[in-house]
Amino acid sequence: MSELKLKDLYDGFRDPDTIRSLAKTISQEALKLDEPLRIMEVCGGHTHTIMKYGLPQLLPDNISFIHGPGCPVCIMPKERIDHAIALAGMEDTILLSLGDMIRVPGSKTSLANERSAGKDIRPLYTPMDAIKIAKENPDKKVIFFAIGFETTTPMTAAVIKLTIEQNISNLFFHINHVLVPPAVDAIMADGQAQINAFIGPSHVSVITGAKIYASIPLKYKTPIVVSGFEPVDVLQGILMIVRQKVEHQAELEIEYTRSVTMEGNKKAQALINTYLQPRGHFRWRGIGDIPNSALELRSEFSYLDAEELFADILPNEPIDDHKLCICGTILKGLAKPMDCKVFGTACTPNTPLGSCMVSSEGACNAYYRYAGVL
Amino acid sequence: MRTVQLSHGGGGEETNDLIRDLFYHNFKNDILIKAEDAAVLEVEKKIAFTTDSFTVSPIFFNGGDIGKLAIAGTVNDLAMMGAKPLYLSAAFMIEEGLSYEELEIIVKSMAKELEKSGAKIVCGDTKVVPKGSVDKIFINTAGIGEILREDISVLNIKEGDVIIASRDVGCHGATILMKREGLDVSADLKSDCETLWPAVEGLINENISISAMRDATRGGISAVLNEWATSSEVCLEIEESAVEISDEVRGICEIFGFEAMDFANEGTFILAVAPMHAALALDLLKKYDFCKNAAAIGCVTQKYPAKVVLHSSYGSSRFLDLPKGELLPRIC
Repeated sequence: MSELKLKDLYDGFRDPDTIRSLAKTISQEALKLDEPLRIMEVCGGHTHTIMKYGLPQLLPDNISFIHGPGCPVCIMPKERIDHAIALAGMEDTILLSLGDMIRVPGSKTSLANERSAGKDIRPLYTPMDAIKIAKENPDKKVIFFAIGFETTTPMTAAVIKLTIEQNISNLFFHINHVLVPPAVDAIMADGQAQINAFIGPSHVSVITGAKIYASIPLKYKTPIVVSGFEPVDVLQGILMIVRQKVEHQAELEIEYTRSVTMEGNKKAQALINTYLQPRGHFRWRGIGDIPNSALELRSEFSYLDAEELFADILPNEPIDDHKLCICGTILKGLAKPMDCKVFGTACTPNTPLGSCMVSSEGACNAYYRYAGVL
Repeated sequence: MRTVQLSHGGGGEETNDLIRDLFYHNFKNDILIKAEDAAVLEVEKKIAFTTDSFTVSPIFFNGGDIGKLAIAGTVNDLAMMGAKPLYLSAAFMIEEGLSYEELEIIVKSMAKELEKSGAKIVCGDTKVVPKGSVDKIFINTAGIGEILREDISVLNIKEGDVIIASRDVGCHGATILMKREGLDVSADLKSDCETLWPAVEGLINENISISAMRDATRGGISAVLNEWATSSEVCLEIEESAVEISDEVRGICEIFGFEAMDFANEGTFILAVAPMHAALALDLLKKYDFCKNAAAIGCVTQKYPAKVVLHSSYGSSRFLDLPKGELLPRIC
């Protein structure tokens, strides 16, 4: 048997002939739709695929995408970025976070600016490096500013577990893990975006299982198809949505069956539940406060919680976005990046005014990088 | 272990020993060993002049080292202007404690790379700085070359020109990233670091009508194509599937979420040539081992002036933009 190569895993899902043929089938079936399809792809990973592969150009005019809030960097309110900056400013402290977080502007500055001013701020490729860095720097307080949806939460939980098991006394956690279903509910409650179908997140669902979306078709009478991140996956997911719509169905389906089950990864779910619990309130950038939409450390582990330990230096007043930035409206699905006055002029990936321009999962960043030829 | 000490940069006996035993010995030529305050050069034709500093980390990587890079980098900048590389300067900024053996490997690697173009190092400088002031070693090289073909310029790209890439793209960036991250994904992945002059000389000798050439270093071919589109106010239409990317580089991009076209190269160049010469140029390039994957990747039009358009093989198109943000510091 020949050796399995990495590309064997994705080549078929980017195959030009398959993409063309799926696009053609969708166009034919979409003729039977009795209303325009407004699909929200909840996850920023899908936004990236849709723009990178120019999928809207391949689809008929009665199918459009509403870009969802599934980008952990984009939904982080400024006051929590200010938390990270305040923590990094403490004596003898190393602040750790994931790549894109470093460039998001807070109310006055960003972690990248603070780093160039001499603060010890380090981007991580894997949260496990936090353990190594804490051990190598016993005289420093090491704070992991943890971000992400359900996908990355088990990794944070695993780091917490190791910190406790190995008695590491200088590693602390600032938890910003958020949840997909409450955000979808908040957007649907608003109603203005007129969404009538969903593409469900890929990697989030690997962990949680597709079951977390079970209530969506019932409550909102919309199909939701959990799709993979490759272009063939997304198109296949759209075809499944179109077929449901033509048949006037509203079901939860899984396209990404090679990784996602209804139940998900139970070990990872258990790991999360051991260390983290829902938090009463979390303010989402642009969307506002959503109850039970995020996680926090369980109270028995509060001795690891940077938000509790350093509460006296952490600002808590909500801070609004830059006046010209419409990230909030975009995150609610009410505007496209092109609708923003400062898109591509005062706000670019190098000088972002808003968070949607920073992360590769942000709608503005994806439009800036891959804006299709009209 | 023998190491480079601060005294090696003090200007006294130790400095002289280092210069004589290491630099003169390896870079030997009549002009250098005169050891005057400045090299005296005789040049007949119009010359091109360039400089570059090399700070790559790690200093040794699969397919090259900082020394090879310091020669190839400057020689290639000259070659891209149609200039035969003649004379180089080399300035070394060395962190105290660097092993003498490593410095020797770097210097020998520079000497070997110089043979490929026939250029000579005719003057230089050595500084040794306290630990922490630089990371191991930084090298600056400047060079001059005799212009054998005039009018090669980013301003000369014309509608109808064919865009050629000299090989598969992204190897240097992917190699450095893999080494830095301690990943051992593929033993086959190595930097493309290479002196391009022999291939350029071949094209000039055959009178290929070259509008522009540029080596796709930092920012990769995305940067070069965008610079050209802007400078010449033309649209570059690129067929995505024609741009060769090795499986190894694709794998690294997949893991880290980078684009191969944004990755730095150190021995890959992009050419704009007149359409009637495109096939001949490709045949000539493919004779050189380091250009054996040369391919025509697109053409020049007026569709969207100052933009690069990437056409997918399944019917969609998008603009290819300049790479943004902290891609990879100290890549070269």
